[in-house]
Amino acid sequence: MRLPNILLYGFVALVLIWLMIPVLIILPMSFSGARFLTFPPPSWSFRWYEAYLGSAAWMQATRTTLLIGVCSSVIATILGTAAAYALNLGNTRLVRSLQMILLLPLVVPIVIIAVGVFLVYAHVGLLATLTGLVVANVMLGLPYVITSVLVGLRKFDQTQEMVARSLGMNRWRSFFAVTLPQIRPSVISGMLFAFISAIDETVVALFISGGETQTLTKRMFTALRDEIDPTIAAISSLLTAASFLLVMLAALNARSTERRQQGRRG
Amino acid sequence: MSAMTPSPADLHDRRERWLLLALLAPALAIVLLLLIVPLGWLGWQSLRDDSGFTLIHYERFLSDPVYWKTFLQTFRIALTVTLVAVLLGYPVAYVAAGLPGRWGMLVLAMVLLPFWTSVLVRAYAWLILLQRTGLVNSALKSAGLIDAPLPLVNNEFGTVMATIHILLPFMVLPLYATMQKIPKELTMAGSSLGGTPLHVFIRVFLPLSLPGLIAGMVLVFVLTLGFYITPELLGGGRTYMVSMLVSRNIEVYNEWGAASSISVVLMVCVFLVFRLASLLIPFERIMGTR
Repeated sequence: MRLPNILLYGFVALVLIWLMIPVLIILPMSFSGARFLTFPPPSWSFRWYEAYLGSAAWMQATRTTLLIGVCSSVIATILGTAAAYALNLGNTRLVRSLQMILLLPLVVPIVIIAVGVFLVYAHVGLLATLTGLVVANVMLGLPYVITSVLVGLRKFDQTQEMVARSLGMNRWRSFFAVTLPQIRPSVISGMLFAFISAIDETVVALFISGGETQTLTKRMFTALRDEIDPTIAAISSLLTAASFLLVMLAALNARSTERRQQGRRG
Repeated sequence: MSAMTPSPADLHDRRERWLLLALLAPALAIVLLLLIVPLGWLGWQSLRDDSGFTLIHYERFLSDPVYWKTFLQTFRIALTVTLVAVLLGYPVAYVAAGLPGRWGMLVLAMVLLPFWTSVLVRAYAWLILLQRTGLVNSALKSAGLIDAPLPLVNNEFGTVMATIHILLPFMVLPLYATMQKIPKELTMAGSSLGGTPLHVFIRVFLPLSLPGLIAGMVLVFVLTLGFYITPELLGGGRTYMVSMLVSRNIEVYNEWGAASSISVVLMVCVFLVFRLASLLIPFERIMGTR
């Protein structure tokens, strides 16, 4: 290997390590026996996991977050897939500007979105309600679903659906029987993005959630601002483990679909 | 064909258009009601006070140094983050795109892993690493490199560090997508015609990767402009970004007029960046839908 290449690979390895370290540091911290964040921990224990799992307030916040994550990602996936299907078929200037509008939640600064949602909800009485939080997270999840499904649809040969329809299937059935199975990996990865974005969402929740509907991230944010204690490390480790698990499932799903399609072709 | 009786093809077209609209309607309704309408309302409110029309909320941008200083600091941070992200992200994407299949995917997966971790979790991790008694400071101390702990967090440095960490995937992904499509034959042709590796890189590879580079830079820059969580947790009250100015004006001072005008100016900045970028590459390209 030539010297410039060694330097290049070495540099990239350092960047990758730098990317991983903060994620990996949390796990040992969460098993610390001490009240303070010293590394390496002076002793080991499960006390911060017990503190989290034994706290009614943390558990309530976790349930709220999971409920919001599941509901909003499922709704965002249905609405977003429908929208992406339409965006893929239409190619007029109107359709292109509609696409821009639908992707806006991704680029408008989150604080401005939060202020706007707060204003609307204050007028219609949706502040501190589960419905309000779900709808807001549907909006934030839509761009992820739409971009992911659009990419899938662009790779899919639309004439297959035409064929199914010319053979007598109606549009609805041909979509579910022919198109959906083939774009399934992109639909699922869009849903996953929407789910994780909903679980991770903090700023909008800071403005519109409260009391009974306080989300996990809102509680974590307040805890981090006031006092740092390793309970957060325990929650963080669980959150990280959960999202890794989800990503692995999605990757497996994508691979099995690919293999099945290859099998059909070969 | 008379204008009175539409042909079957016309009828079909019209039905098709209604179908598309019906499929788009629910998603559009949510974005319109929760985003577009409030944006318009913020714009309206930024021009009014108790007595009616006023420009007072915008005049503060000239008179109150906190306003323009905050915008200046935000833009400086966004620029720093973008440039460092290019320096770190370009080699990573280059290596990931150049390595054979499985190894390239592994590099990409390592870039994506932190991407799947909560932003709060990562802010917390940086706090642990960079604080006065943190890992970095104690390592430097025991190595004898420093006597007193370095101020690594609760300032702009910590904020920039964590922001780059969070946004690096947004730089690497579009770059990787673009580089992967560059045919190997082109760089091979370049070197067979006598170009040195550096020369081939600058004349052939770099220009072809520019669309991905621009997309990544725009995304990182715009997202940094709107960052809130990271400066709030890692800035230690000294790093004041525009988003925090908006939230303070509402939560602490209940000043909706001021918050509205700041939001409008921030939105205009974001759109100007996109407008400028769209002169170079289409919007869909930046968002990765094409």
